[in-house]
Amino acid sequence: MARFRVCPDAGFYFDKSAESLMKVNAVAGVVSLLVAGIMAVGVILTRWQEVHLLPADLFYQALTLHGINALIFWIIFFEIAILYFASSTLLRCRLAAPRWAWFGFLLMVIGAVMNNVAVFQGKSSVMMTSYAPMQAEPHFYLGLILFAVGALIGCFVFLGTLVLAKDDKTYEGSVPLVTFGALTACIIAVFTIASGAIILIPTYLWSIGYINHIDAEMYRLVWWGMGHSSQQINVAAHVSIWYLLAGILFGARPMSEKVSRGAFLLYILFLQLASAHHILVDPGISSEWKVFNTSYAMYLAVLASMIHGLTVPGSMEVAQRAKGLTKGLFEWLRKAPWSNPVFSGFFFSLIIFGFIGGITGVVMGTEQINLIIHNTIYVPAHFHATVAVGTTLAFMALTYLLIPVLFRRELFLPQIAKLQPYVFSAGMTLMILFMLGAGTLGVSRRHWDMDFTGAALSFEYPGTAYVMMAIAGIGGVLAIVGGAMYVIVTVGSLVLGKKLDASAGLLQSFGLSLSPGNYNVEIAEPLLMAPKLTVEEHGSAGFEAPGTFVLAMALLVCFVVYYFINWDYLASVWPLS
Amino acid sequence: MPQDDNPPKPEPVPFFQRMLDNPFLLLFIGVVVPTVFYILWGIMEIATIPVAP
Ligand code: HEM
Ligand SMILES: [Cu+2]
Repeated sequence: MARFRVCPDAGFYFDKSAESLMKVNAVAGVVSLLVAGIMAVGVILTRWQEVHLLPADLFYQALTLHGINALIFWIIFFEIAILYFASSTLLRCRLAAPRWAWFGFLLMVIGAVMNNVAVFQGKSSVMMTSYAPMQAEPHFYLGLILFAVGALIGCFVFLGTLVLAKDDKTYEGSVPLVTFGALTACIIAVFTIASGAIILIPTYLWSIGYINHIDAEMYRLVWWGMGHSSQQINVAAHVSIWYLLAGILFGARPMSEKVSRGAFLLYILFLQLASAHHILVDPGISSEWKVFNTSYAMYLAVLASMIHGLTVPGSMEVAQRAKGLTKGLFEWLRKAPWSNPVFSGFFFSLIIFGFIGGITGVVMGTEQINLIIHNTIYVPAHFHATVAVGTTLAFMALTYLLIPVLFRRELFLPQIAKLQPYVFSAGMTLMILFMLGAGTLGVSRRHWDMDFTGAALSFEYPGTAYVMMAIAGIGGVLAIVGGAMYVIVTVGSLVLGKKLDASAGLLQSFGLSLSPGNYNVEIAEPLLMAPKLTVEEHGSAGFEAPGTFVLAMALLVCFVVYYFINWDYLASVWPLS
Repeated sequence: MPQDDNPPKPEPVPFFQRMLDNPFLLLFIGVVVPTVFYILWGIMEIATIPVAP
């Protein structure tokens, strides 16, 4: 009974059932992203005050749909596909319990649809955080709960596959680093979903009248155990993708497996504690709790991100230099395949995540300077650098890789694909930088009307704030164009792309297997341990990659300067001298 | 293939690597640490806020 297909181009082993599951999860993710993107039009054109497209109720409805579909449904569907890829495909092992995996997927689809229906009906515009005592309709919460249970099943299928692979000895030594990163994501996901269950189940019971009170602070605390941690699933997942893509594109090997794995361990230990930064200005919780969770613990998690941010481009630099691209500090980078969207998407994801997302994240996570920007549009600016560029663009880059390999179709409109990461990154960066600026001037997030027309307590923003929101609006529109390009290329490839296998028809693009003849490998060749790297033995990797070292120093300088400016600004808005 | 001349002896797996190779141990750590420091500690703080008279 043969079950594996070996991809003739990439050499990946695809287990028949894992393959179908990866396809359907990825497709469901893209559909969610499409909904989120359409809603983004309404959101950004309303925040651009001169356009002010939507009336208040529709704005909050669109914002709810945008946040949930982008942050939860798109990313988590795609992540489940990644978990199956990192376990079954990378370990060359059949997927554990495919029926359970299908059941989980079904729950996720039902949950996502149910939640969307609730918001579209108009009485659940509570935004993705759905803070109690604001109440949505019961099926809003029920949809999220079903989705989460489905995702949890996916996590256990992943863990089960790791166990199977070990028992069947499909690999030598330890699991590959990418799989280890995916394991990190899975572990964080289990905590995330558990927190979600602890808070959303009572909230659901409250919405149907079974419980009469949900404490607002308790809700915020536990909700952010889910809300923040789920972002850390994304970080672990997209960092794993970076390692994967650096390996595939350049044959790069991690500079030090030990250090990279240690960094993932720091994520497992500390990343989730940083959830506390969302509670930084809440009364009633002690400074000890806030300081422990957001300083000591968070900096260790940030350290881990800096390690990944250094070793991923570092490993790429080492690999490129080994191919003779040794001129100057940056020949290895200049001569990278910039017209391949897999590379450009990956690299922009890394740079924008590190430089913008990372620096603003540490600034926001600092209790004192958080006060300047708390609940301003600075916050969405920050997390668009992390999730909308860091994670989303990494997943987009991976999609371009997977369309030929997994779906057996050529890319549709490759010229558009080539430009897509540039358009999306440029638009996003413009939007992010100007929203950061506007936020520093105090412009609120989730705020329909900067003019405060008819409000009892109003406030007049400086003209610069309006200009900044307008430029952010232009950037946002450009980013939406970039997002649309992605959807056109992916959907176009699945439907119209040139078939790389005669049996890769329309239904095969949406989950069916290829013709039986493709699955002609019964037991995959075990994955062998790679030979030892000399670099690792000497521990001198820092100097093997001088260009990366310079980039890291540039990041440090930007950080220090920006950090100082913020403290200085704090001193001026709040004169204590 | 290892480049050594003499056939390699199986190296003992270091403790740290054995720990990282155990997904369920990591799962345990990854769930317990935030549950204790973030959730339980946080809930205790909220639960001990005195009720307004
Ligand atoms: C395609 C271009 C996109 C544009 C133009 C855009 C624009 C915006 C804007 C302007 C806001 C803030 C609205 C406000 O607080 O008043 C927002 C919120 C948000 N965006 Fe995006 N976004 C885009 C893509 C994404 C992506 C890809 C993700 C995630 C993967 C994402 C996740 C979110 C989330 C979670 C919120 C917060 C919603 C809330 O406050 O409840 N966005 N977006
Ligand atoms: Cu957070």
